[in-house]
Amino acid sequence: MFQRILPYLLAGISVGGQYALIAVGYTMVYGILRLINFAHGDIFTAAGFFMVYLTASGMPMYFSIPLVVILTVLLGFTVERVAYKPLRSAPRMSIMISAIGVSYLLQHLMWYITGGLTKQYPTIPWISDTVTVLGASTRRVTIITPFLVAALVVALVALIKKTKIGMAMRAVSRDFETAQLMGIKINNVISTTFIIGSALAAVGSFLFFSNYTAVSPPAGAMPGLKAFVAAVFGGIGSIPGAVFGALIIGICENFIKSVGYANFSDAFTFALLIVVLLFKPTGLFGEKTSEKV
Amino acid sequence: MAKKNSKNWLLIPIIALIYLLVFVAEKVAGTSSMLVTVLEKGAIYALIAVSLNLLNGFTGLFSLGQAGFMLVGAYTYAVLTIPMAKRAAVYQYYNGGCITFTVPFIIAIILGGLLAAAFAALIGFPVLRLKSDYLAIATLGFAEIARALVQFDGLGPITNGSNLLKTYPTYKTVMFPFCAAGICIAIILLLIHSTYGRAFKAIRDDEIAAEAMGINLFRHKELSFVISSFFAGVGGALLAMYQGTLQANAFKSSMTYEILLIVVIGGMGSVSGSVIASFLFIACSEWWLRFLDAEQFIWGIKVPLLRSGFRMVVFAVVIMLIVLFYSRGIMGDREISIDRIIKKFSKKKGATK
Repeated sequence: MFQRILPYLLAGISVGGQYALIAVGYTMVYGILRLINFAHGDIFTAAGFFMVYLTASGMPMYFSIPLVVILTVLLGFTVERVAYKPLRSAPRMSIMISAIGVSYLLQHLMWYITGGLTKQYPTIPWISDTVTVLGASTRRVTIITPFLVAALVVALVALIKKTKIGMAMRAVSRDFETAQLMGIKINNVISTTFIIGSALAAVGSFLFFSNYTAVSPPAGAMPGLKAFVAAVFGGIGSIPGAVFGALIIGICENFIKSVGYANFSDAFTFALLIVVLLFKPTGLFGEKTSEKV
Repeated sequence: MAKKNSKNWLLIPIIALIYLLVFVAEKVAGTSSMLVTVLEKGAIYALIAVSLNLLNGFTGLFSLGQAGFMLVGAYTYAVLTIPMAKRAAVYQYYNGGCITFTVPFIIAIILGGLLAAAFAALIGFPVLRLKSDYLAIATLGFAEIARALVQFDGLGPITNGSNLLKTYPTYKTVMFPFCAAGICIAIILLLIHSTYGRAFKAIRDDEIAAEAMGINLFRHKELSFVISSFFAGVGGALLAMYQGTLQANAFKSSMTYEILLIVVIGGMGSVSGSVIASFLFIACSEWWLRFLDAEQFIWGIKVPLLRSGFRMVVFAVVIMLIVLFYSRGIMGDREISIDRIIKKFSKKKGATK
């Protein structure tokens, strides 16, 4: 029995970890701007394409991997500055529409650049090797993912709890206007949030696409939405919550696939979301908010 | 409401003239011309955009589930109207399917709307209690669930799984979608100008104040959601007729995004804006910008960038510019009114004198 479910469990933890890296980006942006960054999934896909094209240009791996992270961060930073910053005082619905517009633009831009073709993701040596764990053979990336995610999340939580910029982030997410009055440069804080989120999405893209190996323009939309669901499930704004939610979604999804309902793995995620919103709208670890007149 | 000396009644002959022009255009240009294609799709999208506007623009509910309701309407229509003789061929993987009757196409369209409305009523109960962003993501989730269900093998005898549905009756003339969409939009307009419509607007402007004025929040939200979904379902059925074949895969979230962008371009809270924006959107994406997709040579030099896909990039950039710098859209939250046009012109004349 254990031998049969082990591969699915491993795959679930690994996919969950990859969702977690995307979900952290969502949850941080939401925590600060109260914005569902619909473009985050596409930034994640773009990171995949950066890797494809940099490798195709003959660049050595140890050089292209950091460059992918830098390019993704630049993309996330630019999106924030161009599409979200001008709307800071606009109603929240406009920012969300702007996010949808950016997602629309990025998808069509990627379609244009690739000609709509699915590209083969380059094999990153070592992490794509096949290894055997407890009798189940899998790629090394599956084993690495949870540890890498854990390390990154610990580092991130430390950053938010211990450093000055982290304190500023917490202040801005608590109260936007007061934080501004206290002399916090909110634009810098928001940019930092997008930079961290995009960098994590880039790391997530290495792991995710090493596993699935095919990159196409809409490839990131579904993982992006699932990661958002994970963030809501864990309580939006909470980083450990996002990771926890992502792991649960990843594992459940793979178990559903294992019993032959692969079609429903996406539907399940959203059904879970609706159930969570019904019974605990603030998620598992979310803070309570009350409406003020 | 109606002021003295208002010339807004002029809109009725103008609309009649537009219908007449469409009728003539079809006769002159032929049914398969690009112009007629754009007019057909534009009319259908206009209906769907207005239905989404009823939710987003008039009731202030940020819903992203429109593609799901269109899917329900389109599938209901197609499943119920495929002629008996052709079922065996369409449902070849499912022994001819399990539905052994057909209904007239008008009834099938209405049933499509009703089923979409029923689904909306069902999911409205839990979902409408949520706040804006959560509502958006929950309705988006519902659309994805609907798509997965339709593609589910177990429902294959009804929905044909992820295979094509085809050979169902379609319309012969562009006047059909025009009239159908026109009637539906007129009904929505009447609703917006009723007491219900004013309650919707009150909810949009301030929920708490509206509640204090004695408006039952949930009942009105549910009503708006159900009516919007009904018309989205009808629009989906019309879209199925326009396409001639039907596959669940087309009804992705990107379809909802497109409709939402149409609503934004037209102006949140303006029915006439949504209609104008639909035709502009479809004309640009299907027709006017086509030249950007073909490689062109001017004096033997290849024009850079022109390549398949460039059209949509340019288009998306234009949409972003509208969203960022012109966020009120074409009409803002106002409607076309002859009075204002006359006023504008007379003012201009006054200025030149």
